[in-house]
Amino acid sequence: MFWTSYLLAVLAIALAWPVPVLLSRAHWPARSPFTAMLLWQTIALAGGLSMIGAMLVYGLEPIGDNLLAGLTALAGMVLHDAPTTELGFWHIFALSAAALLTAHLVFTLLLTYYKIQRQRRRHRELLDLLASPSADGARTVVISVDSPVAYCLPGGARSVTVLSDGLMAALEPAELRAVLIHENTHLTQRHHLLLWAFAAWRQALPWLPTTRLAQEAVNSMIEMLADDVALKTESKATLIKAIAIVASGSPGAPEGRLAFGEPGLPEIDAGQPGATGGTGSARTTASRVSRLLSPQPPLPEALRAAVLAACLLLLALPTALLIVPGLLG
Amino acid sequence: MASLGELERAVMDLLWAGQEAATANTLRDLLAQSTLRQDGTPGHQGKDLAVTTVLTVLSRLERKGLVERERGTRPHRYQAVSSRADHTAELMHEVLGSAPDREAVLARFIGSVTDTEAETLRKLLGNS
Repeated sequence: MFWTSYLLAVLAIALAWPVPVLLSRAHWPARSPFTAMLLWQTIALAGGLSMIGAMLVYGLEPIGDNLLAGLTALAGMVLHDAPTTELGFWHIFALSAAALLTAHLVFTLLLTYYKIQRQRRRHRELLDLLASPSADGARTVVISVDSPVAYCLPGGARSVTVLSDGLMAALEPAELRAVLIHENTHLTQRHHLLLWAFAAWRQALPWLPTTRLAQEAVNSMIEMLADDVALKTESKATLIKAIAIVASGSPGAPEGRLAFGEPGLPEIDAGQPGATGGTGSARTTASRVSRLLSPQPPLPEALRAAVLAACLLLLALPTALLIVPGLLG
Repeated sequence: MASLGELERAVMDLLWAGQEAATANTLRDLLAQSTLRQDGTPGHQGKDLAVTTVLTVLSRLERKGLVERERGTRPHRYQAVSSRADHTAELMHEVLGSAPDREAVLARFIGSVTDTEAETLRKLLGNS
């Protein structure tokens, strides 16, 4: 039991810092974005499990030889007012920290969900008034903005893809199709659920390297996945050209990036820590284009299988350490 | 009868186009006219449209923070809180903004790019 908590702590630290740093520098995710996406999800999940698990196991060490026995004993103490003399100060401290971290993660997940839903609802209300339906497809609307902009706003049956006048004017029909397929893929593959989970993960533990790296990686993986679907029907040259036109038409400088002539954009949520967001998405665009320009073959079957096996192992390890009685103690 | 959503849109269009605050009665008349102008005959929307419906639409818009009414006068006079361009700018600000917690709200085709990136892409565009 004692060694279990140390092993879990080592695993938690490895998944919080060196592993995500190495993975974020690796080149293979661009070759098999789906596999990489699974690995990032596993790292987040196993990382969270082992963080909470390490503290739980340490705290329960005096009263049970595995997690279930320990929790049962703890429940007995709490519910029947049994003496807690077996638990020292640090045990109780670890148990409280585990409970607080769990509550914090769940609460942040829910809060992020609520915030995202509220912003989407407001956005949709404004779109209902400002945008007009497009001839290019159901659930596609056009907004009168001069710079080339395309995005999708998820929301179940009310999901909508938004294109700007500037975009329609700048793109050839095939390029527009590529953009629409790309955006539609985000909706059909439910990428917003991933965005939500990783935004919450980062919001909950912003100082942990893994949460920022994971969010940036997931943002770029979903773009690659959507590009790959667009490439099934449209040519590579078409997609690259569409990306180039949209990117060169919407410079990232905060000043004067909109062709409105309207002085001063209303500030929403000013002062959010947004410094890294811009560079992250710039890297995304760069890696998207370079992987289209010089395509690499997807990872060999065997390697992908190895990554999947690693994912399973990463999830099984903390679970086994927690549940198997007396495995290491 | 037009749906509430369509009416909200029509009312906002009128308020954005108009120079000053308008009462529900004025808006009702304007809505009736605009139906007439579109298809040449007095549209049923104009005939059926009750002032209470316009008031319902206005209170929905007020709840959404899109219109405000002048409290002193009776009947109440309504006006748009911000211009159409301001609201469009608000949307684009949200689309182009890069705060991490906002990145999950919607998925852009292209995120913001740096100047050097844009330059590289422009070159690419010239060659293709």
